[in-house]
Amino acid sequence: MPVDRSRLPGVGADPAFALPTVTRHILSNGLHLRTVEHWSVPVVTFALQIDGGSGADPDGLDGLAALAADMADEGTGALDAIAVSDALARIGGDYDVDVGADASVFSLTTLARFAGRGAALLADMVTRPSLRPADFDRVRQLRLDRLRQLKDLPAAVAERTLLHLLYGRHPYGHLSIGSQPALERVTLGDVEAFLARTSRPSAATLVACGAMTHAELRDHVEAAFGGWAGSGEAPAGPPAARLRPEEASRARLAVVPREGAPQSELRIGRLTTERATPDHASLLVMNAIVGGQFVSRINLKLREEKGYTYGARTSFDWRRGISPFVLQTSVDTPSTADAIACALTELADVGGPRPPATAELASAKASLTRGFPRGFETAQQVTRAVAQLALYNLPDSYFSDFVPAVNAVTVEDVVRGARQYLDPGAFTTLVVGDRAAIGDSLAALSLGDPEILPA
Amino acid sequence: MGDRTPEIPHRKRTLANGLDVIVHEDHHVPIVAVNVWYHVGSKNERPGATGFAHLFEHLMFEGSAHHDSGYFPPLQQAGAQLNGSTNTDRTNYWEVVPTSALDRALWLESDRMGFLLPALTRERLETQRDVVLNERRQSYENRPYGLSMMALMAALYPPDHPYHWMTIGSAEDIRAMQIEDVQAFFRAYYHPSNASLVLAGDLETSRGFELAEAYFGDIPAGERPGAVSVPAAPLSEQRLVLEDRVELPRLYLAWRAPAMFAAGDAELDLVGDLLANGKTARLYRTLVYERRMAVDVAAGQGSRELESFFLIVATGAPGHGLGGILEEIDRELGRVHADGPTPDEMERAVAQAEAHFMYRLQTVGGFGGKSDQLNAYNVLCGMPGYFAEDLARYRSATADALCEAARRHLVPDRRVALSVVPRGRLDLALEGSRAVVVS
Repeated sequence: MPVDRSRLPGVGADPAFALPTVTRHILSNGLHLRTVEHWSVPVVTFALQIDGGSGADPDGLDGLAALAADMADEGTGALDAIAVSDALARIGGDYDVDVGADASVFSLTTLARFAGRGAALLADMVTRPSLRPADFDRVRQLRLDRLRQLKDLPAAVAERTLLHLLYGRHPYGHLSIGSQPALERVTLGDVEAFLARTSRPSAATLVACGAMTHAELRDHVEAAFGGWAGSGEAPAGPPAARLRPEEASRARLAVVPREGAPQSELRIGRLTTERATPDHASLLVMNAIVGGQFVSRINLKLREEKGYTYGARTSFDWRRGISPFVLQTSVDTPSTADAIACALTELADVGGPRPPATAELASAKASLTRGFPRGFETAQQVTRAVAQLALYNLPDSYFSDFVPAVNAVTVEDVVRGARQYLDPGAFTTLVVGDRAAIGDSLAALSLGDPEILPA
Repeated sequence: MGDRTPEIPHRKRTLANGLDVIVHEDHHVPIVAVNVWYHVGSKNERPGATGFAHLFEHLMFEGSAHHDSGYFPPLQQAGAQLNGSTNTDRTNYWEVVPTSALDRALWLESDRMGFLLPALTRERLETQRDVVLNERRQSYENRPYGLSMMALMAALYPPDHPYHWMTIGSAEDIRAMQIEDVQAFFRAYYHPSNASLVLAGDLETSRGFELAEAYFGDIPAGERPGAVSVPAAPLSEQRLVLEDRVELPRLYLAWRAPAMFAAGDAELDLVGDLLANGKTARLYRTLVYERRMAVDVAAGQGSRELESFFLIVATGAPGHGLGGILEEIDRELGRVHADGPTPDEMERAVAQAEAHFMYRLQTVGGFGGKSDQLNAYNVLCGMPGYFAEDLARYRSATADALCEAARRHLVPDRRVALSVVPRGRLDLALEGSRAVVVS
């Protein structure tokens, strides 16, 4: 039978989907354990999430958390850095460190048959690093060299500068890699002190997910991490999440000159609210409409209508504390001012003259709810999702609440969110680009004279 | 649960119009991956008309005769993820959809295979041309070291070789493209006899074949394009230098190497691991860990259909020129030529390869997912089930074979050595390098 091409096929009822079952357990040393069975492929992931992250960097030592985390695979016990790398390779281990604003996550994925060896190796690396001076010196120098290289990468310059513009001296105001003066100042003693303060089982969550039973996962973790006894000292000073950053009261414009650049790297951002906000679902939907997906207003405008860019998107960079909302794109130099004007208009219009149409809202919600099961395909995806629940102190019912919560979002919710968080009067606009080529055109934006900042 | 011998179970049928259809069942998550490969890439372009295959890929998302508007809205609201990509050898398009939206994805995929041209307007071409020029600026022109692969490929292959230019193409060629050229390109390459469709995920095999027949069965077969000719071109050593807006100098060494799946291909992939994968790897250990002359090093086989290239890349640490780095690399290569890998190195490399084949079984869709792999094996070697044989190539590789492959292909007097240096620091480049201009 020939296909009916007169209309697009509809979408059927949502298929049934079994969400992962998470079990919780607290080890005798205080380590919080969450296990998930995941049977599709004989693989297992262990992720140790330790509170702190770059938000715990002491004043003047930004980059310390990431540098300390980097020391984990530089040696433990009898193994030097080379031997650690060898041990990882022999179990086909995929080891990764992610230092976020509120926590550092050390994860290892390996074949299920190597689960015991993998868990033990991860525990040795993270909880008993050798911290040898020669390794510290090399790792620190590599980070300084990396920072130096990042000065030429427009996206990296934009990210670092924007965080600083939004947060000022707040502990969230820097990238995890830190800054050159801080990295030049930092000592091995600082790393030791940082780990003594933050690396404690009672301030950590271990997520284990893979092709074995809850009991087996738990046994592997008990055997590997049960003997970890971090000191019980309380952390010095309040966690970054509880410090309130100063919020912008007016629109700002800043330029980081990059002579001859064929494109301007743009960021338009502001501070908003915390990840744990009860408005989370409506802000997700709002973001999907304004810039969170290909069909969002901003991408359709800047890419598909104007051809100014390869892509433009917005996102909330969620944290435990006050989090930023940022639009990011890279546009050809002559279009810079017009691209900014278009973007600011799109941001403002959601809470103003162009609230979401019924179909637009339905489409954004459907994209989030129907796409939800796709995020539970691999052990690494599930591990990350479960670790996030722990990080943001979200309830165990979060996964099953997600679809109903998104479905409940109304046009009024989105408009309210937009009025609260998309008001152009509070956005900071940053351009990393050719100042000579774009300088005058920015005046038309009525954002005042730009602050000129170094790369 | 014990480890299974990894494989991707599937069934394959070829429709009367020549479209290969492959179905793989995986019922863990209620999603289906739809993956289409067209056997056309930048290798099918001509000098003066480069960047065509990739710009064309963009136009495939802009609408077709019966859905004359963007492809993203109907798919994203169905909960799909979708994308496409172009390389030298092929162009792929994929959607990962909830099972409830499979018909919609197939309807759209088949509509753009059969009925693209009525929707292809001059205006859409012009907008996507601007988008692609911006992609080129973002990914190449405005990025540190972003032009090095262009300089390298241009030197590695003569001007009439299909790999002489990068898939993104030259900005001048992209600007010159006309709608008639685009139409002719579609007619030459976008039809069932030059395509392969994989459905992977939560569906029954029989239903997969029924749906494929229903949506794609009526599309005219089209003519299978002829093979691309590859001029023979012996390579002698070339030393080039490119000044760039970078802080640290970087050395690229590139050799021409056996095609994907040919003898020596897997061996050279393993030689890449041996040289630069992890701190135990020889070049990392020497250059970064012990002597601290470099801040990073990478090595590997870039496997491609007509022939591959082997690449070593090292970025010099502050205060180090590239000459000293080259000496160390050549010393290590000399050792590999003389003695080959140790048993320890072989054991480690094979263990890693085994694990990575297993990790490749974790997702049904997207770039590198099971559907993409089935299509890669089907289109590039005619055997969708080649996964197991591919793994066997790595399991059975011997130290002697690695040594032999390195001796035969990684020869100092048949390579391109490109130095990328900070502007005004030509002194950091290899001696005797000739300046190249790339834009």
